[in-house]
Amino acid sequence: MNRAANNLQPLSMIAPGRRARIVTVNAGRGLQARLAEMGLVPGTVIDVIQNSGSGAFVVAVKQGRLMLGRGMAHKIMVG
Amino acid sequence: MKASIKVALAGNPNSGKTTIFNSLTGARQHVGNYPGVTVEKKEGTCRHGDVQIQVVDLPGTYSLSAYSIEELVARDFIVEEKPDVVVDIIDASNLERNLYLAVQIMELGVPLVLAFNMSDTAKARGYEFDLETLSELLSAPIVTTVGNKGEGITELLDAIVSAAAKQDTWQSAKIVYGKEVEEELAKLAPLVARETAAAEKYGLRWLTVKLLENDQSLLEMVSSPELLAAVEASSKHLQGIFGDPPEIVITDRRYGFISGACTETVRSTVEARHTMSDKIDTVVTNRLLGLPIFFAMMYLVFQLTFTIGDPFMGWIEQIFGWLGGIIEGFWPAGSESALKSLLVDGIIGGVGGVIVFLPNILLLFMAIAILEDSGYMARAAFIMDHLMHKIGLHGKSFIPLVIGFGCTIPAIMATRTLESRRDRLTTMLVAPLMSCGARLPIYALIIPAFFPQQWHAPMLWIIYLIGIILAIVCAKLLRATLFKGESTPFVMELPPYRVPTLRGIVIHMWDRGWMYLKKAGTIILGISILLWAMTTYPKKEVFARDYPAEIAQLQAAYPKDTGVKNAEALQAKIMNLQQAQRAEELTYSIAGRIGHGLEPLLKPMGFDWRVGTALIGAFAAKEVFVAQMGIVFSVGEADAESEVLRDRLRENYTPLAAFCIMIFCLISTPCMATIAVTRRESNSWGWALFQLGGLTALAYVLTVFVYQAGSLLSIGTG
Repeated sequence: MNRAANNLQPLSMIAPGRRARIVTVNAGRGLQARLAEMGLVPGTVIDVIQNSGSGAFVVAVKQGRLMLGRGMAHKIMVG
Repeated sequence: MKASIKVALAGNPNSGKTTIFNSLTGARQHVGNYPGVTVEKKEGTCRHGDVQIQVVDLPGTYSLSAYSIEELVARDFIVEEKPDVVVDIIDASNLERNLYLAVQIMELGVPLVLAFNMSDTAKARGYEFDLETLSELLSAPIVTTVGNKGEGITELLDAIVSAAAKQDTWQSAKIVYGKEVEEELAKLAPLVARETAAAEKYGLRWLTVKLLENDQSLLEMVSSPELLAAVEASSKHLQGIFGDPPEIVITDRRYGFISGACTETVRSTVEARHTMSDKIDTVVTNRLLGLPIFFAMMYLVFQLTFTIGDPFMGWIEQIFGWLGGIIEGFWPAGSESALKSLLVDGIIGGVGGVIVFLPNILLLFMAIAILEDSGYMARAAFIMDHLMHKIGLHGKSFIPLVIGFGCTIPAIMATRTLESRRDRLTTMLVAPLMSCGARLPIYALIIPAFFPQQWHAPMLWIIYLIGIILAIVCAKLLRATLFKGESTPFVMELPPYRVPTLRGIVIHMWDRGWMYLKKAGTIILGISILLWAMTTYPKKEVFARDYPAEIAQLQAAYPKDTGVKNAEALQAKIMNLQQAQRAEELTYSIAGRIGHGLEPLLKPMGFDWRVGTALIGAFAAKEVFVAQMGIVFSVGEADAESEVLRDRLRENYTPLAAFCIMIFCLISTPCMATIAVTRRESNSWGWALFQLGGLTALAYVLTVFVYQAGSLLSIGTG
């Protein structure tokens, strides 16, 4: 395992106010493409706006806001 | 120049597309469905100078892939109907995300006009655009608009007309996907060209890109296995190079193209974006406060719909009553006329019973429009998503289901906010299980007749709970069988909060209200007449007793007759006789005969023919059940508070049978208006009949089970 892989963590672990870069999305091909179209392409830098335990998960992507289900936030790996 | 042009309006959800559509077309709109699908299609017209413009509102989408039926509909419309111009409404304050759709439309090669909407908000947020350069880079004219203030509409129409004039020489911007991808595209192109029909329809390059993007609906069209193998090989090759499947690489390049164009032309001066919205959201979507706030909002909507609507309903009832009185006045008092009966009891009674709900419909859709336009609905869906997911539904399904407690009709209409067809149909089919307001009079009649005081409230609660549990079970069942498939993962654009416009809300209410009225005038009118005929014909000529003679005798004997103390008692006696006659007539009518005919079928549930006859009436509207029971037991004008009727019920039924009547009314046969609206909203008689048959079968099986089990265990049989 290289160092980059060691630093990977799910988006759901990122505290509000922190910035992260998407590395990979652990999902089927269709869902991956769907997320990419919404702007969640690997390499994109996103800001976590809200992350409150079991509640809403809001990120800023490009100039917009996206709300993700918690399951979704677990599948997006950032580094 | 053409005298008439066709324009398609595309745009992301929340881009203000509807507002622009309304500004363009005003009230000259027509709402329908795209053929074969449950996606709403709005069309309208307007004039600009000498040009007649037909505007079609495409469903709001983020892209033109084939992930959802809406995207497919939007894409097919552009490809097949070949509009002269496509206008893409863009939220200027969320530019890059919104341009993604624009790029996809560009790739289809149609003349494209970009409307940078909400440009005032974008300016307030500190964005500065170099529109001239951006327009050059995107090879598309750009117009700035402020939809809710109607600004920029004339300029937009100018741009549309001039783009339409240039359509033969239109050149769209070309996106280059990088050396590796372009190499594969070049390799595939000759093979794709052999699929002549599809290549001609979609354009060679676009089709090639889409196949490489793993677009399922297009891959299904491909006939040559050689091409499929080549796409597969190219896909593997690219995956090897980039580590991501080609569709991700291609999406990335499109965003690259967009951000390239934007870095040169967009300047952001203030970093104050979204701050207000974010602040509101920390409260509204808060883990602890989110649900209570949501329920408070729902309670408000409910209150607004059914409390404020009440006086208006009273007025409408009065108007119809007055109308009935006037028409009745055309005939001499006491005379019999089929035409009078048809007009007063059939048409005015039936259609009036439906139009009475119009205030509710208007208020409800006003509330929904406010919630939608302000941006709260997106938050509400998220808050409920967790709970609804467990029963296999989407967060947005919750709203129609809550509305269903009031009336199933607006509930089914409210399923329109659901994007996935599976979620929408499931919600629509189970919505009648939420016990509606019209069923309440039935419970209100029966519960006090059979159950002790302390059981009244719990009994009512149990009935509602049975409905909710059945809705959950049915939803789960439907999602596991007919509407199988993964539930839509929750990724949703969060629009910033906005103040809704009066104009938008009024148009929204008008749309829905008009649709409802049209239905009342067609389908419901027809069924009302049918039901009237069924309870009126064949007319009985020979009665068991000579009622008119007995009435005349009573009147003649009064006041000498010692049995009758005063005028009121006399009136009551006469009424009794009239009702007895009515009951005899009803028994003789088709509905009565059907009731008798159904008796063997109803027996296992503990029902007799009287209940059967009343149930037929209940199909017109659930609350008719009470009135029908009153007629068959000849107790005069019956309402939910009638003690005489309660006595008669107690004499004829056991508490168990009474309970069975309630659960049967709860589950079975949604009223005819529900069937009609399900037919309309699902665009298929199949689903409407499935709902009718399925719920009735469920009601039957369950009621028989409860009655038989109860009888066996001697619960409530005494």
